[in-house]
Parts: sequence; C-alpha cells; structure tokens
Amino acid sequence: MTKIAYYPGCSLLGSSREYDESLRAIAGPMGFDLVQVPDWNCCGASSAHSLNHELSLALPARILALAETLGVEEMLVPCAACYSRLVTAHHDLAESAETRERIVEIIGMPCQGTVKPLNILEFLDRHSDSFKDKVTAPFDKDVACYYGCLLVRPPKITKFDRPEDPRTMDNLVELIGAKALDWDFKVECCGASHSISKTDLVGKLSAKIIGNAVKKGAQAIVVACPMCQSNLDMRRSFINKAAGQNYTIPVIFITQAIGLAMGLGEKELGLHRHIVKVKYPEKKKVDAEVKPKAAAAAPAPAPVTQPEQTEEA
Amino acid sequence: MSATTHADNDNTLAGRLSLATGVSVTRCYQCGKCTAGCPMAEEMDYTPSHILRLLQVGLDGFEDRVLKAYSPWVCLTCEMCYARCPQEVDIPKMMDFLRAESVRLKKVNPRAKDFVSLHQTFLDSIHYVGRLYEVGLIAGYKARSWHLFQDVLMAPRLYLKGKLRLFPHLIKNRKNISQIFKKAGTARTEAAK
Repeated sequence: MTKIAYYPGCSLLGSSREYDESLRAIAGPMGFDLVQVPDWNCCGASSAHSLNHELSLALPARILALAETLGVEEMLVPCAACYSRLVTAHHDLAESAETRERIVEIIGMPCQGTVKPLNILEFLDRHSDSFKDKVTAPFDKDVACYYGCLLVRPPKITKFDRPEDPRTMDNLVELIGAKALDWDFKVECCGASHSISKTDLVGKLSAKIIGNAVKKGAQAIVVACPMCQSNLDMRRSFINKAAGQNYTIPVIFITQAIGLAMGLGEKELGLHRHIVKVKYPEKKKVDAEVKPKAAAAAPAPAPVTQPEQTEEA
Repeated sequence: MSATTHADNDNTLAGRLSLATGVSVTRCYQCGKCTAGCPMAEEMDYTPSHILRLLQVGLDGFEDRVLKAYSPWVCLTCEMCYARCPQEVDIPKMMDFLRAESVRLKKVNPRAKDFVSLHQTFLDSIHYVGRLYEVGLIAGYKARSWHLFQDVLMAPRLYLKGKLRLFPHLIKNRKNISQIFKKAGTARTEAAK
C-alpha cells in the first residue's frame, strides 16, 4: 500500500459523503492508503477570498503546513473548490518570500511548501494502471464529462490539462468502457457558489449545462467536484423549473463510475444518497440524428413524459 | 512603458488595487473577451470590462460607482475571464479586492446584502468550529438574511439521505484558528489608514 496524504474538506463529510465513500472504496483496491491530514480546517472557500485576502491564504496554508508533518510530497484533494484554494496558496507562497513570511507568522507554524496539492483527475490519471485491469463490469454508458471551473482555471496556477477543452476525465471514462461525448459546457460554471444566496441564477446556469448534456445524448453527467454534483443533483427541482423541463439524468462522481466498473456495490459507492435517482436513460440511437422521427422517440431531447422517471418531486 | 496615469497614484482605487494585489488595470485594452465569456455578465450592473474602464479612466465619481457596484458580488470567481484575457489581467483577484474594499469603506451595494451575510456566516463557522458546519451555515444565513423558509424544506430529505450532519465537527486546535482570524487582514487595514 502506498501512503498518500488526504484532505477531504468539509463537503465530503456532509452533503457530499458519497464522494468520500466512493473514493475510499476504490483507493483500497488501487493500492492506496489515504492518510487524513491531522486536525485539518476548512480551506475558507469563496467566503474567505471574497472578504479577506490574507485569510484566504492563511487557512489553506495551515492545511499545507499540517500535511508537511506527515512527511509526504503530495496531498490528494478531491474537492475542486478546496483544490483551487490550496493550489493558489501553494503558488502564492512559493512566488513571494514576503507573502510566505507574513502567512507563516499568521498561522504560527512553519510552511515550506513541500507538499503539492493533487486534484482527483491528476491522481486517477497518473495511477490509471492500478484500476484499468480491475474493470470487471464495464461502465458502458454515453457520458458527458463535466469539469466545471476550478480544476482547469486559472491555467497559470493549476497547470492542469487544456483550459477550454480538457481531456483527462474523458480518457479516464473511456478506460472503464464508457463513451465520452463531445459537448459544449465542459468548463462552464454551474454557479454553485451562489447556490444558497441566489438560487434562481443558479437554476438558469445549471439548466444550460444539463440541457446541453441531455441534447447530446448523455446517459449520465460525470463530475469531479462536490459543488457541481450537489448543485446539479440537489438543486434539480429548481433547475427543472428554470428550464421548464423534467430532466432525470443522474450526476455521478468519477470515483463512483470507476467503482461501478470495478464491480463494487451501489451502496458502497453511496449511489443511494443521490437526490436524483441513479437510473440511466436509454442510449441515444446513432441514427436518431439523421431521422427526425427516430429523434422524437429518443428519450433525451424531447420533453420527458415518462411518469416513472419523475423521482424529483 | 506606458505614460504615467492616475492608476500609478497610490491614492486612487486603481492604485490601491495595484499596490495590494499587483493587478494593473492599465494593461487592459478593452477587447471585451472577459465580458463575452462571463456567465454572470447579464446580471451585472457593470460588466467586467466596464469596471476596468471605469478604473482606467478614474474620473470623479467613477470610483464610487465601482465600489457601489453589484457586479463584484454576483461574480462567481469561475476564472473564465482571467483564463481568456490576452493581457492576463487577473480580474477575479480584482473582484476580490473590490468586495473587501467596499465592505471596508461601507459602500456595499444594497442588493448585495445577502451575499455579505452568507460570506460572514460562513467565516463565523470556520472561526468557531474550524470547519464548515452546514446546518449552522443555513441557520445563520436564514437568521441574518430573513429568508427563513427557503432551503429549510429540503432538510428532512437530506437528513434521510445521510447528507446532513446535525452536529459540528469541532477541530482540536481552535485556538490556532482564532489566532489566524485575529491576525489575518490586519496588515492591510493598518496600511490603508
């Protein structure tokens, strides 16, 4: 077993428990032992950087400093929002000795910057050999890989994949037997940071994302961010109201998709915790685009009328 | 180098922005790419490029228009503008600065009160618990913003799905967090005096 530092972040203990559960479920078979950063705190998310710049560096710096006590070089950060704050702090502290001095003074502990935050896609991509041989039940679905904002932006800081049309997750899902669709909203923002304060705006943004995925014939949206997932899943009734549609497409984590392909159970992967029931619409027929009559029969673009799929009530 | 502009004056808003964050508004040549890609542009009173223009020109009253704008609050920090800016103007960093500055100068747009309430409640949670306490966040926000019923109806469902933790996860070294909150931000407030 290889040891790796693990920073779950607040959402993975609460509203996105299934992300933590599914990651732990696949990490074991992949040969990784996730060691939690001792006594970790919240990264400060959007609220710290909205109101207090120093706080937005100090909170993640404390996490980096605590991770350094584990004697590791990398720390896995599955939450894209936490990853963004941590990688930004890591970058800013490395760029300026003055900033580092000031932040070290604030947090009251040494922070050398020796631990690099690693996002979930970097981690899975680098270690894809450790799960691709274990695929026993291929995840044979047409999926829209949704990256959202913070994994790829700002490219100067994340230094990860192409900012406009990233491919890492697309390649990962193809390794487990899925087909990654070409679609338009891969890196658009779902608006999750306004999920509580401006729910109506979020409905509009997310409706475009889900609408496009459905139109392209996706059977599931695969994500790597708990903010995106809870927004597109828990807020589905708002989104459907904004869109005037009844979208039933499930939104699952990449770790859950990999877990399913490895033959792990739905409960073990936390699929029962989703608000939108994980039930895949039928595959869009290839010739559906050519023949308009067949297109109407395909479940995706037409206004959904199947009553059994209205789980979101 | 370009000519000396008002943005080089440390007392202007553009000057303070540059001093605190290193973001220089004079780099912007108004191509409008930021506004074109901004998912929130249609909700804003001034689009991102318009804010930059107001700061560049810096005529009387322009600074107040920027500080009292709704735009920085509705900005999602999705970083699209920065990723696409040909001049690499860090607009999200600018928006962060403008938010903090409008709170400091008590010029927050009245329509943005809900955002400020949410951010403050969120930070309170970290201050006292060390982590985000979701139930506390919703409850505190409801109390501050008076939106008492929105979201509360979802609680029983989330609880049944095991997604709602009723009690906070207190971290051990909360003293350390308290100290961080006490110290952070003090340097800039003092410098601005």
